[in-house]
Amino acid sequence: MGNFSLRRLFRSLLIPLLAVFSALIVGAIIMWLAGDNPVAAYKGLFQGAFGSARGWATTIRKWSPLLLTGLSVAIAFQAGLFNIGASGQFMMGTIFSVWVGINFTDMPAIIHVPLAISAGILGGLLWGAVPGILKVTTGAHEVITTIMLNYIAALFAGWTVYAGGSQGQKPGPLWDPAAKAISQTPPVVDSARIPFIFGPPYRVHWGIALAIITIFVMAWLIYKTTIGFELRTVGQNFKASKYAGIRVGWTIILAMMLAGALAGMAGAIETLGVNFKFAPEFGGSVGFDGITVALLGQTNPFGVGLAAFFMASLAAGGAKMQFDSGVSSDIIQVINALMLAFVAAPAIIRYIYRIRKAPEEAETTPKISWGG
Amino acid sequence: MSNTNVPALEVKHITKKFPGVIANDDVNLALNKGEILALLGENGAGKSTLMNIIYGLYKPTEGEIYVNGQKAEMHNPKDAIALGIGMVHQHFQLVPVMTVAENIMLGAESVKKNGLLDIKKVAQEITELSHRYHLDVNPYAKVEDLPVGVQQRVEIIKALYREAEILILDEPTAVLTPQEIEGLFEIMKRLQAQGKSIIFISHKLKEVLYISDRIVVLRNGKVVGETTPAEATQEKLAAMMVGREVILTVEKKPAQPGEVVLEVKDLKARSDLGESALRGVSFKVREGEILGVAGVQGNGQTELVEVITSLRKADGGQVLINGQDMTNASPRAITQKGQSSHVPEDRHAYGMVSTYPVADNLVLNTYNLPPFAKGVTINRPAIIQHAEELIEKFDVRTPSPLTRAGSLSGGNQQKMVVAREFSRPIKLLIAAQPTRGIDVGSIEFIHNQIVAKRDEGVAVLLVSSELDEIMSLSDRIAVMYKGEIIDIVPRAEATRENIGLLMAGVKRGEKI
Repeated sequence: MGNFSLRRLFRSLLIPLLAVFSALIVGAIIMWLAGDNPVAAYKGLFQGAFGSARGWATTIRKWSPLLLTGLSVAIAFQAGLFNIGASGQFMMGTIFSVWVGINFTDMPAIIHVPLAISAGILGGLLWGAVPGILKVTTGAHEVITTIMLNYIAALFAGWTVYAGGSQGQKPGPLWDPAAKAISQTPPVVDSARIPFIFGPPYRVHWGIALAIITIFVMAWLIYKTTIGFELRTVGQNFKASKYAGIRVGWTIILAMMLAGALAGMAGAIETLGVNFKFAPEFGGSVGFDGITVALLGQTNPFGVGLAAFFMASLAAGGAKMQFDSGVSSDIIQVINALMLAFVAAPAIIRYIYRIRKAPEEAETTPKISWGG
Repeated sequence: MSNTNVPALEVKHITKKFPGVIANDDVNLALNKGEILALLGENGAGKSTLMNIIYGLYKPTEGEIYVNGQKAEMHNPKDAIALGIGMVHQHFQLVPVMTVAENIMLGAESVKKNGLLDIKKVAQEITELSHRYHLDVNPYAKVEDLPVGVQQRVEIIKALYREAEILILDEPTAVLTPQEIEGLFEIMKRLQAQGKSIIFISHKLKEVLYISDRIVVLRNGKVVGETTPAEATQEKLAAMMVGREVILTVEKKPAQPGEVVLEVKDLKARSDLGESALRGVSFKVREGEILGVAGVQGNGQTELVEVITSLRKADGGQVLINGQDMTNASPRAITQKGQSSHVPEDRHAYGMVSTYPVADNLVLNTYNLPPFAKGVTINRPAIIQHAEELIEKFDVRTPSPLTRAGSLSGGNQQKMVVAREFSRPIKLLIAAQPTRGIDVGSIEFIHNQIVAKRDEGVAVLLVSSELDEIMSLSDRIAVMYKGEIIDIVPRAEATRENIGLLMAGVKRGEKI
């Protein structure tokens, strides 16, 4: 890494671009088989994402959480770890930030917003640390533990806002009594809300600026610091990193904490900039989409930024696609899944497009080991 | 019978280009029927590329291959096997948990009418083959239980089972003990007597002179000469391989031992399998001397080095470096506080990160120290400059400091590791199998560097399974046998015979 050449850049972009292209083609075939018009669908999709100021605004609004969960998965990949837990870390970030957002009422925004975001980062970081510590101390594989922790986080978050039951079950601690039977938190106070760059109807908030800065911070951390060197070395060669004197256990925990912090930050920004409250149905698939984003971005922070932007535009254009062409916006999920399949199995892309692997080329898609 | 003048295998004008490298450059080669042809060359000379082309693993950029005079089109190893070409790779392609018969039928399964595997029939054929060539392999033995030499014979049977007439043996002796090598040569002679044609790839001059009928030397992808054992000498072959005169013996002054640098007291440790691998090892290494640790592989040498460098935990005993107790200290403390260097036995696993550029590998254990790091930020210009200096000084052949280390030849990878480990100010050098699997030119260079370190006053612990290496470099020779140092012999009193006996576990003065 570290060094830059146009050929290398081209080579690293080739597989993701072809994966996207192939996913769109296969998506079109599926639509065609279902009797839909793929041209109209893609036209609607594009116009929905970029055809209007509101389309652009939606794309940008959806960009930041995808970008941050993508970075979360990517940093773990750099250290050779597969973080499936961005979803749970996102949830913990949401809960921590919402708690700060509703419980501190006499605070200027200049303090309250950063405090609430930091709380979200902390929540994710702590939740990310758990699988790291479990892996180092017991050898439990992070894929298994992060999946388990996703359930725990989702159920815990659900409990905090539980509206109570008619048989006298106690409501959760963050439940908003004003919402009556609906399980949700009260809205965060105004001082905890991330300010808008463009107000309603666009509702583009400053969180995107923070997310973009985070790209640069992560790129610096991974490629320009000794910490990044240690993370990457552990990811590339476990034994050589021991030989090099790297504290392998600590590095694994650190990587998981960073991954958790990024996903937690995504949860905080989404809560404080878009939803302003928490309800169990929020969050959706953004944690899992982070996996696709990270792989599509080849685990490079800048690549992750581009990939997240692309996936955000798909998400943003879905509604207009459905309206214009009658194709269900569920096809977006199909395309996402196809992209993940193609980019996770570059051999398929190489085979279809007859791309030879240069002998000196490093494998850019991380290999996931199940060995622990 | 076809015309016996037609070569069994002929390659004509083979050129193979990789981006930035020409691995084979207009290579012509003919293998006659019933001949043992040695293909000699340094690592990176293009031997393996050529063999992979013949075996259908690579497609040549230009050129043609003829088998028995017929032009052959090979797209994959299956085509090669169908044409009667068999290959025994340097790293065996066997499934350890399966039996010999299962391994051999893998990909060429024999099936009974009811659809089940016919292991009996395969086992019978193996026994026949084994008998005909005196290979002595039990078809029902599990591969993981077999010694390396026998595993290699399984690979040979695998090729014979597929009716190979042409056998390619890629560095077959690299993993064998001296006795196993002799056994292999007998098998090769027997195969030859039965009309098989063999290509024997090696960079070991003695072996090539001993076994082959004809020797072809490759250098930088080109055939640079052809000779026979009758005409050639070791010196001549080495010069052809490297392209210059090579001094095969190491020149060194008498040692001037000083203070004790490394002291190991009653060291005990377990192997990966949990068995006792070190059973109380004690010795001292002084400034300015080389202590060579000889022994047949697997007698605890690997564990000894790993415990001293803290890559493995000691169960008992002490490691003292410069008088300080460093038992089970962190690996970083051993290198930095203990001022020691370690050339690891397995360079791919421990010594380098093959996906990293050469420059990054050259700071693998010093990346956190100035000038390579300022606080937490990495100083890339300093790392590149450092790399350029070491590449020059240690003659590492790489297109650039940013080339991926994994794409270098084995000898150059090892020179890279040596460059890193020898360029720091150190008091202790631990070199484990420092010249394993590398070419003559690089061996000469690394040997001279080790002696130079000794002359600077560094204490050197040299572990090697090559007796020649131990004999030519060491000032004292410790012999390991079953996890113990069976004896330590001053170089002047050591002969191949008495060290050989110690390696077999026979103590001095003991009757056999």
